[in-house]
Amino acid sequence: MSPRIVYIAANTFREAVRDRVLYNLIAFALLLSGAAIFVGQISIDIERLVVINLGLTAVSLFGVVIAIFIGIGLVSKEIEKRTLYTVLSRPVRRWEFIVGKFFGLAGTLVVNTFFMAVGVFGALLYVAHKFSKPDALILVALYFIVLEFLIICSLALLFSSFSSPLLSAVFAFSLFVIGSFADDLRGFAGMAHGITRWVATGAAYLLPNFSALNVISAVAHQQPMSSQLILQNTLYALFYTAMALSGAVLIFERRNLK
Amino acid sequence: MQTARQRTTIVAAASLVVSMAASILLLRHIDRLRPQASIEDVLYINSPKTIKRASLGFDGLMACIYWTRTVQYFGHRHFDYAHTYNELAPLLEITTTLDPHLLPAYQFGASFLAPKPPGGAGQPERAIHLMEYGIQNNSDNWQLYYNLGFVYYTELKDYRKAAEVFERGSKVPNAHPFMKILAAQMAMHAGDFATARMLWSATYETARESNIRQNAVEHLRAVQVDEDVTHLEALVAEFGERTGRTPASVAELVETPHLRGIPVDPDGDAYKLTPEGRVLVENPDDFPFITKGLPPGYKPGPPKFHSHS
Repeated sequence: MSPRIVYIAANTFREAVRDRVLYNLIAFALLLSGAAIFVGQISIDIERLVVINLGLTAVSLFGVVIAIFIGIGLVSKEIEKRTLYTVLSRPVRRWEFIVGKFFGLAGTLVVNTFFMAVGVFGALLYVAHKFSKPDALILVALYFIVLEFLIICSLALLFSSFSSPLLSAVFAFSLFVIGSFADDLRGFAGMAHGITRWVATGAAYLLPNFSALNVISAVAHQQPMSSQLILQNTLYALFYTAMALSGAVLIFERRNLK
Repeated sequence: MQTARQRTTIVAAASLVVSMAASILLLRHIDRLRPQASIEDVLYINSPKTIKRASLGFDGLMACIYWTRTVQYFGHRHFDYAHTYNELAPLLEITTTLDPHLLPAYQFGASFLAPKPPGGAGQPERAIHLMEYGIQNNSDNWQLYYNLGFVYYTELKDYRKAAEVFERGSKVPNAHPFMKILAAQMAMHAGDFATARMLWSATYETARESNIRQNAVEHLRAVQVDEDVTHLEALVAEFGERTGRTPASVAELVETPHLRGIPVDPDGDAYKLTPEGRVLVENPDDFPFITKGLPPGYKPGPPKFHSHS
């Protein structure tokens, strides 16, 4: 990887930390410890399930919110503060700027997810008193969540490369919601006829499929994950991210920054 | 300048504390003014499918939330000694649609739905429907068959169906060996005290939750009382046939060769004999599930639970 990309990524990470993004970990820790302690008192026989479901859902939602709200400002903020011109006046290509920003944001989310994962396992140990072999499946769910972040980061950057922060947030969040309904969309396409069927099928395949990356409930019930699913989800997320990033680069390369 | 800032800080802090205290106090007053049309009686969205869609794929967490709501709803109604549980079945339906693998929702849900009020919702058919849905989605879990057979046995007294369900459950891989025995016992001696004792003992042995174990203990105590009272009333009838009168007390029965010592209930209290020849327990409130030995017109209170023995 080009040292310029690494430098931009490191700066993006530093900026996110300086913006106190990691403070969300405090809210996460309070949420999880509260759930671990109190659920046993107000419900029956689901302490372990709640810790896994709540923990992984919070990791996912906190990360999505961070990815969208930081991602949408990555380009526009630099233009607004005019720092982009300083960066681009150096021997930095526009695509390197986009890719560096992507890796910086992805790195922030990976670090954030790592600390949250430690919290999830800590809370699990608290309620179950010991780890069992199927608990390792939580790592698969966390891995899929990170893949989901990669897609969302790239989409946020794509929208940020041509739109205002507000519209970018709306677009990115809408895609997250629609992507969560990907299975329904495919079902709808299956029931439709004629041109509607083609449009719906096209949309179902073109929009990100987040439902395939959501295995939280299955992991909570210790259902095994096939290595094929892990491999194919990985490839899907990488290709989709590459597609969105390529789009962002294409747009940003042609954007008039004057 | 510094003094002005300090003054502002003090006034703002005092205002914050006073406002917070006032808002909390007012909220408490408002709560008292409002009718108890409480949140637990209201289901804002009834459709399980709509809730599943609205959960954005996080249906596992939503199921946990709805299960907790179900437990809270049942707990509040039970505590209030209510005779209606209108939202219980819909809540369970939503919970299990959101997460069809949430086993506690089936196992506890059936025991919330099936028993007659005030012990439960008095809806054994809905309990059966719930359990069949659970079995359909978790066909490798023999305990769900056990719970379903239990509903047929205890609430509907449909021993043939109970035997059938135990038999189905016994064929599940890794099923507990007693499922086969239960199926056979149910087919041959369904109404026996021995069968009831066997079922509740099996529940006690296999349950992990202390609430279920306590419930099993209470039922085992009830089976003991029912059996004792049946036996004693048979002796009273026999005494009447022999002497042409009702025994004056249980002590008089002891003089017959069929009884050794004063019979006592599981708490150690002697059984009482009425002038009409009926055998009663000393403290019926201590045996919430007994069907015999109750004084005429007795209205049961909320169940009391005893420690495991």
